[in-house]
Amino acid sequence: MSTQEENSQQENAEALVDAFDSFDSWEERYAFLIDLGKKLPPLDADDKNDVNRVHGCQSSVWMVAKPRHEEPEDVVEFVADSDSTLVKGLIAILRKIYSGQSASRILGFDIEGLLQQLGLNQHLTVGRRNGLYSMVQRIKTLAAQLAGHDGAAKAEAATNQN
Amino acid sequence: MIEAKERVPEHTIEPEVERDQAGPSLTPGRTFDVERVRADFPILHTMARGKPLIYLDNGATTQKPQAVIDRLVQYYTGENSNIHRGVHYLSEIATREYEEARLTVKSFLNAAHDGEIIFTRGTTEAINLVASSYGRASISAGDEIIISAMEHHGNIVPWQLLCEQQGAKLRVIPIDDNGDIIFDEYLKLLNERTRFVSIVYISNTLGTINPVKRVIEEAHRYNIPVMLDGAQAAPHMPLDVQSLDCDFFAFSGHKVYGPTGIGVLYGKEKYLAAMPPYQGGGDMIEHVSFEKTTWNALPYKFEAGTPNIAGAIGLGAAIRYVTELGIPALKAYEDQLLRYATDAVLQIDGLRIIGTAREKASIVSMVHRDVHPHDLGAALDQQGIAVRTGHHCTQPLMSRFDIPGTARASFSFYNTREEVDALVRGIQKAVQVFA
Repeated sequence: MSTQEENSQQENAEALVDAFDSFDSWEERYAFLIDLGKKLPPLDADDKNDVNRVHGCQSSVWMVAKPRHEEPEDVVEFVADSDSTLVKGLIAILRKIYSGQSASRILGFDIEGLLQQLGLNQHLTVGRRNGLYSMVQRIKTLAAQLAGHDGAAKAEAATNQN
Repeated sequence: MIEAKERVPEHTIEPEVERDQAGPSLTPGRTFDVERVRADFPILHTMARGKPLIYLDNGATTQKPQAVIDRLVQYYTGENSNIHRGVHYLSEIATREYEEARLTVKSFLNAAHDGEIIFTRGTTEAINLVASSYGRASISAGDEIIISAMEHHGNIVPWQLLCEQQGAKLRVIPIDDNGDIIFDEYLKLLNERTRFVSIVYISNTLGTINPVKRVIEEAHRYNIPVMLDGAQAAPHMPLDVQSLDCDFFAFSGHKVYGPTGIGVLYGKEKYLAAMPPYQGGGDMIEHVSFEKTTWNALPYKFEAGTPNIAGAIGLGAAIRYVTELGIPALKAYEDQLLRYATDAVLQIDGLRIIGTAREKASIVSMVHRDVHPHDLGAALDQQGIAVRTGHHCTQPLMSRFDIPGTARASFSFYNTREEVDALVRGIQKAVQVFA
């Protein structure tokens, strides 16, 4: 596990918490999310198919997650898109936390805690939260598969921390 | 449909004086005192996301007046008991109140007989009951069932399941761009293979009030029974199953200011009497032996197990509440609010209304050019405004209009023009943030 990797996940999370702390109104929070969403790398039109569709989302969400070989550990990369601007912002947050991370980092990250800190748990409706967790689940499933490939013990240790 | 004189009784609606804001025809009457009515609904005085709640999701469920809440408390405080077979004091009271509620429903629907009122969990269970009991006994391979393109999933899926089981075919009445059924197409669908018609009275997504009386008349020419999904009709208009001559009618208690988990199936006695039971259990039997069980009389044949006693009694209280306010007066007020809201939201650049039928209930489904319905709903939620977003359990309808969903504001008689104004400002705010 490289220190740089650790930093990027942790630093990104901290930067998000700082940003959200500074917002006084929902308009600012939304504007931030919308802005993040606009910077998302695009998803190929061909990838917006039923296989890549994330169920449990009220709006349409497509996600392509795949492992990338890296030393010392493989990482999971993903891109996703939605027809909802707000959901694109949430995807951007997930990318900051998960994309390019190793399986153990993905499985070990306390996403619930982060959403709590961002106040998103409170400000998202149950439907949207379910959609968000469907995305998280997809990423974690892939990470777990990767960890199984890499060494199950490592992943188990990471899950237990969670 | 509704006669004009019924819609606007002289003693309840008077033109409003505030002519500077809108013409008198657009303004809800003074005599219908909306502020007094609002005082009956405690939840309307609560906060949502730190803002005063503006509840415009009445199509999904309505709020409960104090009278209904009190009735439930009274039941559980002093009357709770199981019904029908008890010989003791409380059982006597609970049975009487439960049966009293049935009579209240009977007169609400203007049904001919007590036995035609069956308590169910809601509209969905009522439709499933008919599809399962009447359907399996009377529909066979090659037969056809007609529904419309604007049905709620609750009036699609039970018939699809039945069609699969029996080898029957589901036919769908198409609708035009306004959200009216194309009546000529309906006439073309009716034929000697048609065995049943089930259609929504008022569309939960479009607000369309269907010409159900004509639909029924045409079906009856072929002796085809017709079921009405009355979930949205019950809270919005006076009902009369005998004058409509419908064969089955379903509605939900929670959409008509009553508790959740209680609903009603009305069925003509001649059909109900001939239908086999839907579920087996206690209360629905006359005599049980391992060789042969005989069924209880109507309506108990269709009320297996301990029913939702409190729910039924609460529904009775809700119906009494709206009846005392005067359903024609409530409809007149809601019609005015609908016109006001329609005009107001159409002032917003880029917004269009899905559902512009000739006859509409107070339901406004909106789509904005630049803001996804879910984003619009989320932004309104942040402002304390409750609307529903999505497909509203009418996915085929979303495909028909080629939209991902709508943001739907559905109004009740306790909503105000000020709330409509707040909705408009809320949408404008959302557009500012998102577009």
